Amino acid sequence: MEQQENKNIIMKIFAGSTALRMVCALLAVGLVSGAFLVLVYNYATPKIEVNKKSETKKAIMDIFPDAKDIKDMHNEEIFSVKDASGKILGYAFTAEGNGYQGTIKMLAGANADLTSMKGIEVLESQETPGLGAEIAEDKFRGQFNGLSITHDIEYVKNKKPEKPYEIEAITGATISSRSVVSILNEEIERVRKFLKEQR
Amino acid sequence: MIKEFTKGLWRENPVLVQVLGMCPTLAVTTKALFGFSMGMATLFVVVSSSLVISSLRRLIPEEVRIPMFTVIIATFVTAADYFLKANFYQISKALGPYVPLIVVNCLILGRAEAFASKTSVPRSLLDALGMGIGFTCALIVLGSVRELLGAGTIFGYRIMFGGFTKWVVMILPAGAFLTLGLLVGVFNVINKKVK
Repeated sequence: MEQQENKNIIMKIFAGSTALRMVCALLAVGLVSGAFLVLVYNYATPKIEVNKKSETKKAIMDIFPDAKDIKDMHNEEIFSVKDASGKILGYAFTAEGNGYQGTIKMLAGANADLTSMKGIEVLESQETPGLGAEIAEDKFRGQFNGLSITHDIEYVKNKKPEKPYEIEAITGATISSRSVVSILNEEIERVRKFLKEQR
Repeated sequence: MIKEFTKGLWRENPVLVQVLGMCPTLAVTTKALFGFSMGMATLFVVVSSSLVISSLRRLIPEEVRIPMFTVIIATFVTAADYFLKANFYQISKALGPYVPLIVVNCLILGRAEAFASKTSVPRSLLDALGMGIGFTCALIVLGSVRELLGAGTIFGYRIMFGGFTKWVVMILPAGAFLTLGLLVGVFNVINKKVK
């Protein structure tokens, strides 16, 4: 009896109205779209993972051309890099932080005893094209090859660096240059600590 | 029939005449390649959503048509975004949030509401193709001009002579407005001359 009444109420709500049609139409579209996106997701996700991994690997290979054995030491953030004979070439690590516009993500390499840099690769940045984006260019990036990191990295403006731990900032993009330097200093410290704990 | 296709290319060009979808137009055209990629992604979304909406047009209740259009469009945009991430990772990274933002490109909802929901499938398809290609062409021209003056290259190929000083402003946001304004001006001059 009660069930019958409930049914009547539901019928009344939908009778002569378009509510049911609307609900059904939206439900159907939502279901079909959802199902379609599940297929797309299953197709694309493994490929995206591969892309991300190969990007990191390529950056490591660019910094350590002789690398043969790259081992993940910590969450795909710190890697140990060895050559064909098993000799350790150094460590590669991701470095991420705020730039002038959004995040700068880099991959950096340092030698085995963490006294000098091997180089950096910019993986992601939204710096101003033509100005801050120059951090990804060889002219700026190249300065980090062989840079001493026994002391915090520092930057100088509009003159040639004099000390072994100094780099020259990009003209017109001091904030971007400073960001790169401070992100690296922070990450180097972190890597140093991590490796100490490992020993 | 053929007019449905050609109107999007010139007479009703979405960028130069209707001035629709300005957000991606201005933001991603720092390089010709980015303009082209953005155009292709938009072309895919406008064609597939127009096809689906046009074939479902008798089943879509008037009252909820906009939410339904949005769901359909968002589905294709998400698919396009994943496809780019999976197969063109570098381009997808460069375009950043502007691919997901195609959802709110008023060019696409505009075609769905004004055309596809009222017209037969073949005509909607032609209309969407025309609009999508017109949009892509405008973005390529915009990107090429900005890349040429701002970096001395087009699609990455060096065009300008060696000692060319890059006009950095052309790759900055201001350059987008300057180029678009001049482009619309040139377009109008040509149209007047032809008349």
